Amino acid sequence: MTSQPQIVGNSPIRKEGIAKVLGRARYVDDITLPGMWFGATVRSSIPRGRITSIAFDPSIPWHEYTIVSAADIPGENCIVHLTKDHPCLAVTHVNHCEEPILLLAHPNRSALPAAVAAVHITYEELPAIYSIEDSEKKEQIIWGEGESANTFKTYLMQKDQKPIPDEIWQTADYIVEGEYRTGAQEQLYIENNGVIAEYDAVKGVTVQGSMQCPYYLVHALELVFNLPAEKCRVIQTETGGAFGGKEDFPSVIGSHAALLAMKSGHPVKLCYDRAEDMAATTKRHPSRTRHRTAVSKDGKLLAGEIDFAIDGGAYATLSPVVLSRGTIHAPGPYHWPHLTVRAKAMTTNIPPHGAFRGFGAPQSIFALERHMDKIAKVVGLTPEEFRRRNFLATGGHTATGQLLKDPVDMQHLLTRALEESNYHAKREQFDRDNPTSTIKRGIGFATFFHGAGFTGSGERRLNSLVEIELTPEGQPRLLVSSTEFGQGTNTILCQIAAQTLHLPYDQILIAQPDTGHVPNSGPTVASRTAMVVGKLVQRAAQSLLATLAPLLSSRSAAEGPAVASELPHDYTPEDFRHAALHYLAEHGSLKTEARYQSPGDIFWDDETYSGEAYPAYAWAVYVAEVAVDTTTYSASVTNFYALQEVGKVLHPILAAGQIEGGVAQGIGYALYEKCTWNNGHLANNQMTNYIMPTSADVPPIHVTFEEIPSPHGAFGAKGIGELPMDGPAPAILNAIEHATGIAFTEIPLLPEDIFERMTRTPEAGSESLDTAVAGPIFSEATA
Amino acid sequence: MTQIHFTVNGESKALEAPPMKRLLDVLREDLHLTGAKEGCGEGECGSCSVLMNGDLVNSCLVPILQAEGAQITTIEGVAITEQLHPIQQCFLENGGAQCGICTPGMILATHHLLKKYKDPSLLQIQEGLSGNLCRCTGYIRIFNAVQAAALAGVAE
Repeated sequence: MTSQPQIVGNSPIRKEGIAKVLGRARYVDDITLPGMWFGATVRSSIPRGRITSIAFDPSIPWHEYTIVSAADIPGENCIVHLTKDHPCLAVTHVNHCEEPILLLAHPNRSALPAAVAAVHITYEELPAIYSIEDSEKKEQIIWGEGESANTFKTYLMQKDQKPIPDEIWQTADYIVEGEYRTGAQEQLYIENNGVIAEYDAVKGVTVQGSMQCPYYLVHALELVFNLPAEKCRVIQTETGGAFGGKEDFPSVIGSHAALLAMKSGHPVKLCYDRAEDMAATTKRHPSRTRHRTAVSKDGKLLAGEIDFAIDGGAYATLSPVVLSRGTIHAPGPYHWPHLTVRAKAMTTNIPPHGAFRGFGAPQSIFALERHMDKIAKVVGLTPEEFRRRNFLATGGHTATGQLLKDPVDMQHLLTRALEESNYHAKREQFDRDNPTSTIKRGIGFATFFHGAGFTGSGERRLNSLVEIELTPEGQPRLLVSSTEFGQGTNTILCQIAAQTLHLPYDQILIAQPDTGHVPNSGPTVASRTAMVVGKLVQRAAQSLLATLAPLLSSRSAAEGPAVASELPHDYTPEDFRHAALHYLAEHGSLKTEARYQSPGDIFWDDETYSGEAYPAYAWAVYVAEVAVDTTTYSASVTNFYALQEVGKVLHPILAAGQIEGGVAQGIGYALYEKCTWNNGHLANNQMTNYIMPTSADVPPIHVTFEEIPSPHGAFGAKGIGELPMDGPAPAILNAIEHATGIAFTEIPLLPEDIFERMTRTPEAGSESLDTAVAGPIFSEATA
Repeated sequence: MTQIHFTVNGESKALEAPPMKRLLDVLREDLHLTGAKEGCGEGECGSCSVLMNGDLVNSCLVPILQAEGAQITTIEGVAITEQLHPIQQCFLENGGAQCGICTPGMILATHHLLKKYKDPSLLQIQEGLSGNLCRCTGYIRIFNAVQAAALAGVAE
């Protein structure tokens, strides 16, 4: 008898960790192919206009270069994401700064910058728009027509598919309004976007590089090259951070490099430097959220109207699905008797915004959690008490009408988080100390949820497939397109397989994601890998075990009677290897698979925007402590508590690392990271002037988990990747309001913003919540 | 072109390079030591960190001319033959490496820090690593790794 050590729930070392600490992990820019050339991109210098001429400066020996224009594209001149609006290379018009127009390749990397600068393009400039407000005016139509002019997507989400009855507004004790804004945010993975492409007239296109979703790139290449999927091979190399920034963008850079490879007849490496990556690739969508909320005297939410708008940039990319997640998360973990969310993704002449951890949810949750503090103040309750009176609970229904069958206990989470952070005592202490100190301290929190997996019917459409094969040595190897980019995909999937197969963790192998060899297990996004792909790995492993059972159970049978319906479990790794080799000797190979099966009780209606939006949710309470220096006007986070219920934690060290990393990005989102646009061009496209948190900027981050196993994921796991991006910004601004008495409504909140607001004279504005002076911000309706 | 003689990971090297070629490019292109990464090219991110005569430098900011006669240690020179250096082991065990792109620089920065302070305070660790950006970890697991390495008596 062998007793299986617990692998899931422990923290074995990261699967590819040794290569990483030795500096031997091979990222795309570390790879050189024989005869390889280098690529570069000639980009638009204006935000919007018609291309009138392209001239090549005679100072450059152009015969040494390969030059690709849209005319060289064998298929459609289009990067396909959800719609076909995004040109691979601009032809007649450009719609944003840095839009690609031409591609160059040369054997010598250093010969490229001068050549890019020597392509002279003239334009007839057209008026450009840079904000949601300008886009809404529709004075300039830069995308679509009619209803969809300047509008990539709209959603109307109504509780019970009914409008809010007028009498709710007429009879509510309070109506509280607010407007909240969030800025663009750069993913700032430390490894820039990069790929190497090869072309062969018979075999087709091969692209290897830094990416999250190899099959997205296959899909893009099929269209650009007019080739069948089997002639578009994509391989993920070690990826130095992604955070969503390598979800949709590799379709662009991958197609570009492949075009250069085809025309030059050489493998072509196209790796951006930091300035190009920051200026030209996607960022988090800026947002504007308007809340109008009816509340009763006793602090019950009666109805809410939420207008949620995001700036999608010049092309649609993933804006419709970012908007979708933002819309569904906009109501938060609260019970709304009546609710209407109107959401829209608008077009501007900014480089297209795309995926970034959280995917629309951090924007709408920021607005809601600031607004909840505001309502509490108006009603005269503490932020804690007001939330407690409105939390969703087990058996309740979300705004999309989803019944919360799995246990949810926000009351308990809030109690625990406030206790662990010593919230009440600190609040009192700061209130005592602040009047006599130039450093104003505050403590605030946010309560929120995050859905795991693709939104709505997404998982059903993805139809993901996972395979496990036996190597000739009898070792199981996982075949998935799910990618590792730091979050721990390799490790947790191998843990799940090891636990299921009763084998040591280090005996499980995982294949490099290569679409020539691995099936499509879906994109590595949406906090779906642990839950959805993990479950498929578990099922494929069970299937492998069932196939080998006769060879394993003969041994078990010798040791005692086995229950026929049970998979074997009393065997040693050596027994497994013998059984595997025996099977291979007899049958040649063994590969088992598992395909996604939609749980029978999950239904989603895209038309009415109702139903089971996500199979499972993670629930969280984050508490931030801040210090605002009234001499320098800088705010810093001095302590942070992150408590979450995420189902089974598969790997405690990786999970805590995910939360801490997300919190640090959230601190940057709230207090440091500002994209400064100058006529549609990112003016601060350098690490020197785009400021992300350093090791000296992060506070102690106390991470705690509650684990309620979910029926949807392997061993009860839910998703955690995006969750920690949602809570920090509103918790920090709630704490800053406690510290300063000022209700800031916009992020990033930089020292100059705090200075501007704190030095404003009373005549110019007031945060007084006396209804007589509060003006249009909120009004007290008569009961 | 200039003749450069210097020592990299204990081996003496002689090569010809344009005098202003970045040490980072010489390491990666001429010597095929790709452990040092280019993250920003302007000395902000620290992912190209190497030790030069015992000092922690951003190799993207060092013209090769300046490395004449220098002793350079890259991540490839940190492990003791095939055995992980204790700092590497501590990063591995404590979750100090996630995507891994900043890890070579972080480990060299830690090496430098622990030479300076045998038992660094959290503040000294935070300041000592503040030239090395990490976007994945939020730094907390890296602090844990450095503290574990200090405890293991890495500084000798």
